[in-house]
This record gives sequence, C-alpha cells and structure tokens, in this order.
Amino acid sequence: MSWAQLFFYVFAVLAVIMALMVITRRRAVHSAIFLILTFLCLAATYVIMNAELLAAIQVLVYAGGVVGLIIFVIMLVKAEENEVKQAHGQWLIAVFIALLLVVEVAFIVVGTLWNSTGALASKMVPAGGNTEALGVVLYTKYLFPFEVASILLLAAMIGAIVLAKYKLER
Amino acid sequence: MIPLSHVIIFSLIIFAIGVVGALSRRNVFIVLMSIELMLNAVNIALIGISSAVGNLVGQVLAVFIITVAAGEAAVGMAIVVALYRNRFTVNVDSFNLMKW
Repeated sequence: MSWAQLFFYVFAVLAVIMALMVITRRRAVHSAIFLILTFLCLAATYVIMNAELLAAIQVLVYAGGVVGLIIFVIMLVKAEENEVKQAHGQWLIAVFIALLLVVEVAFIVVGTLWNSTGALASKMVPAGGNTEALGVVLYTKYLFPFEVASILLLAAMIGAIVLAKYKLER
Repeated sequence: MIPLSHVIIFSLIIFAIGVVGALSRRNVFIVLMSIELMLNAVNIALIGISSAVGNLVGQVLAVFIITVAAGEAAVGMAIVVALYRNRFTVNVDSFNLMKW
C-alpha cells in the first residue's frame, strides 16, 4: 500500500465521520464547522486523485465562500434550537431510503467495476500541470458552457439580492 | 493505485449521509448543508472517474457543479432570510403553505 493510497483512505474515513457529525449536531453552527472540515478532507482526496485545481477551488469556494455565507445567515436569524426536537419522526424512513440507495448502487458498482483495472493512475499528469490542462479544455472546447455558467451566477446574484431585500418599492 | 470502485462507494456513502440529513432534520440550515454534501458526493465520483479514465471532462463538469452549488447556496440563503422575515422561524415543518 503506497502513501497516496493510505492517505486517501484516511481522508475518506475522516470525511465520512465529519459528514455524519454534520447531520447529527444539534446546533446549526456546529454543523457548519463540521461541514468545513468535511470539505477540507474532500479537498485532500481531490489532491490524491490528481485534481489539484479542483482541490483549491473546493477550499476557496466551498470552505471559504459557501460555508461562510451559511454561517453569516445562521447568525442573522434566531433558531429555536433547544426547545424543539431536532429530527422528524420520518428519520427511520430516511435511513431506510438511504440504505436502499447505497445497497442498490453498491450492487451495480461491485458487479461491474470491482474486477476492473481502472485504478487511479498517478502517471497520467499532463504536461504543464492540472491547472493549465483544465484551463485549456475549459476555454476551448467548453467555452460556451463556461459563459452560460457566468450568466447563471449573475442571475443567482440578482435573484439573491431581490429575495433578501427588505421591501421592494413598487 | 486506488480502485475506482472504492472511490465510487466513498462518494455513495457521502451521498447517502446527505440524503438522510436532508430528509430527517428540521433545521433549514442543516437541510441546505446536506444538499451541499450531496453535490460534493457527485464531485467525488466525477473526479475519480476522470482520473481513472484519463481525461479532464469529468473535472470540467465538477467545476460547473461547484458553480451551480455556489449559486444555489446564495439563493437558498436569501430564501431563508425572506422566510424568517415572514414566519420568524427556521423550522421546515412550519413552511407548509403550499402543502395540500
């Protein structure tokens, strides 16, 4: 077992534990902190899977931006965290559905991929690095989806401002 | 060398945790965080397959998923603020106006 493989499993197990902490903590702020830790562990696994640019984006956009925004809004609103029971009565059904999903997809994965030699190849690093290769693909072949994504971000920004505005003057 | 099946099962476990959180919690913030977990699970699978197959298309798709997730978080938080302004709660059980 190589070092990369060992660290992949360590970070995968850590990410699963942190994700479980996210959905079981009572207070939303604690969940947000564990969500940051989950995203950092996932970024580490991205590095091991030769996706360095995505690991950096994961840390910057998710751990920095998205969770920062969530923590800001948690601090803005007052949640009645201690009086109310925090889980629905339907949690048993939720666990059942999730287990069904896991068993179903794991059955397919084990049946088709288990014996395949499609291992993560550390030899396949493009010349100039992952960032340059991804940038070239993104700005040539996938230029139109890239522009559409920028329009989507603009629409999301305007939508967020309009929704969160206190009173729209008519 | 990490087998691709292990990566897919790892992503599957994270996705299932997100499903349980989104279906069973009452706090709207934790529901939104569970949705972010599910989007991340898809990213793990895409990056793993991209790395195993040996081309970068999966990573390009992961970039777009991160874009969509950032927009979703911004609009979701704006909706939470607007709902809190009208109902003074973040309990998803009390947002049942459109339920029949």
